[in-house]
Amino acid sequence: MPTIYFDNNATTKVADEVFEEIKPYFTELYGNPSSMHNFGGQVGIKIRDAREKVAKLLGCEPAEVIFTGCGTESDNTAIMGTLYARPERRKIITSRVEHPAVLATCRQLEGRGYTLIEIGVDSQGRIDFEQLEKEINDETAIVTIMWANNETGVIFPIERIARLCRSKDVTFHTDAVQAVGKIPINLSKSDIDLLSISGHKLHAPKGIGVLYVRKGTRLTPFMQGGHQEGGRRAGTENVPGIIGLGKAAELAMNNFEEENNKVKRLRDKLENGILKSCPDCRINGDTKNRLPNTTNISFEYIEGEAILLMLDKFGICASSGSACTSGALEPSHVLRAMGVPFTAAHGSIRFSLSRYNTEEQVDLTIEKMPAIINRLRELSPFVAK
Amino acid sequence: MWEYTDKVREHFFNPRNVGEVENPDGVGEVGSLACGDALKLTFKLDKNGKITDAKFKTFGCASAIATSSVLTEIIKGMTLEQAAKVTNKDIADYLGGLPEQKMHCSVMGREALEAAIANYKTGGSKKHQLQGKVVCNCFGVTESEIERVIQENDLTSVDEVTNYCKAGGGCGGCKGEIEKIIERIQGDKVKEKFKTPPVKQKKLTNIQKIQLIQETINEQIRPALRAHGGNIELIDIEGNKVIVAFRGMCAQCKLTEFTMKDVVEAKLREFVSNELYVEEDVDSAAQPHEHKG
Repeated sequence: MPTIYFDNNATTKVADEVFEEIKPYFTELYGNPSSMHNFGGQVGIKIRDAREKVAKLLGCEPAEVIFTGCGTESDNTAIMGTLYARPERRKIITSRVEHPAVLATCRQLEGRGYTLIEIGVDSQGRIDFEQLEKEINDETAIVTIMWANNETGVIFPIERIARLCRSKDVTFHTDAVQAVGKIPINLSKSDIDLLSISGHKLHAPKGIGVLYVRKGTRLTPFMQGGHQEGGRRAGTENVPGIIGLGKAAELAMNNFEEENNKVKRLRDKLENGILKSCPDCRINGDTKNRLPNTTNISFEYIEGEAILLMLDKFGICASSGSACTSGALEPSHVLRAMGVPFTAAHGSIRFSLSRYNTEEQVDLTIEKMPAIINRLRELSPFVAK
Repeated sequence: MWEYTDKVREHFFNPRNVGEVENPDGVGEVGSLACGDALKLTFKLDKNGKITDAKFKTFGCASAIATSSVLTEIIKGMTLEQAAKVTNKDIADYLGGLPEQKMHCSVMGREALEAAIANYKTGGSKKHQLQGKVVCNCFGVTESEIERVIQENDLTSVDEVTNYCKAGGGCGGCKGEIEKIIERIQGDKVKEKFKTPPVKQKKLTNIQKIQLIQETINEQIRPALRAHGGNIELIDIEGNKVIVAFRGMCAQCKLTEFTMKDVVEAKLREFVSNELYVEEDVDSAAQPHEHKG
């Protein structure tokens, strides 16, 4: 049974072109780029190329690109590094719908003498800009707000938030892990100070991330050790990861139109097909400002994990906002922050597409979905006969 | 991905006895949409008092559905006396085991059975009601229910109790009470497991004292407040006076029954030093702050 992969916000397939490009760096060209000999040194040149490609995708200077171990490390570095660099400021501002890489980091700091403000969202998942404006003051060290939400795909007005932070001399970081490669980004024309990327969300391998640091931004290194990455991130470079991410960035640029047209068309088809054939379901999130690849649909009166297992039987991979464990009263912190009622929040399914998905896969899923939903609703005591 | 046994998967994909028995002799309904799972069990007796038919309707994850399905299989042919002895462990064993975090599904099955039997015995007049003192308000779990899962499954930690009957899995405010119930039932068995609190140091330097106070607030006090939508901030330390401010406390919060100041003081004395006393920062508390509910 072929796999139908609709879980690209969790991770993506490594592009064939990327895999071909990085193979030699495991087997033949395994040198350390910091070495004095040419065997290692030639690898350093490839890293420079990769850095240029990533810079081109982001519209920034290559010197502003720091390679890290993953998106989470980039987020941690941005937050901790800013706080170390601005010790006189003790206030952190984030949103209630951040990825745990940001939210857990901020909440831990709250216990270390910092004040934390979590900005709320409305029922469409849109950020409360007014509250944000009110909270930013001269005690604020950093504002960290994601570019696009991983669960709903809702895009935040990041350029506007960045401008606001700049005008108040507050460092602004955005977790752009879900946004890069999917929506246009040009950092040379923005006020963003720090931005995180994760390789495996855009068809590069796992274990490679980027932190963009705008020239002149005060940031203390998080990882201490050697002089790699200009002394800003110690640790021997993940050479295949970096070269792979460079290639993936190049592909993302070349495929940008495709992401926005083909993927969006398939997503819309899938979404409309399901909404049409399954009663009592609703889309979560602002459909006007949303990633082209993501849809989050709530099926009332049934539970997400059961839907996923039924889909899994047909090889269809998606994910659920609900983690039905004993301790999980809250189905998803994102959906609950949006005020999605329990009847709908427990049965939410996220489909996230990529350029590797096909029309046939979408058609098959639309075909299978109604029977799955009906089946589970037959079992549900909350649905009248 | 949960590691479900083949039997769980089989009963999930092909559930037996779905629906409602017509003119049932007993009806048991437990759980709710908010809790994340719910089960309605109906059964019919023959003239000898044996269960001839049993059906279920379940809202919940794969293991909740599989558990309900096997429950109907297990009890068919049983007398009510036999059925009353079915434990959650019997149900889980029948499935070849459940992941630890899913054990509450088997407990839900047993509870529905119990409710249905009670419903029959009271001539169909009695619906399922919580009996006795409610310990976990989030999930409506009573003291007797917690005692029962501890005894039947030989549980020795709060996390286990949460896995088995959800109690303590919401706001977490009842964890202390659950701990006491475990201690009462399991006695010495549980004492070995408990971590001893950090040994009080005889003489602390000022820096050590400040760090220890901050740590105690972070690890012992804030998590409980946070679960109730509240928070605490350490403002300053002057000698033995610890100045704190409380934030965003929910008005309906159970903890407000106590004086927060006293609770914090007791914790700080336990973990740091007997000489500490707590004062609320009045200026800071008077400042309006947004309630982020």
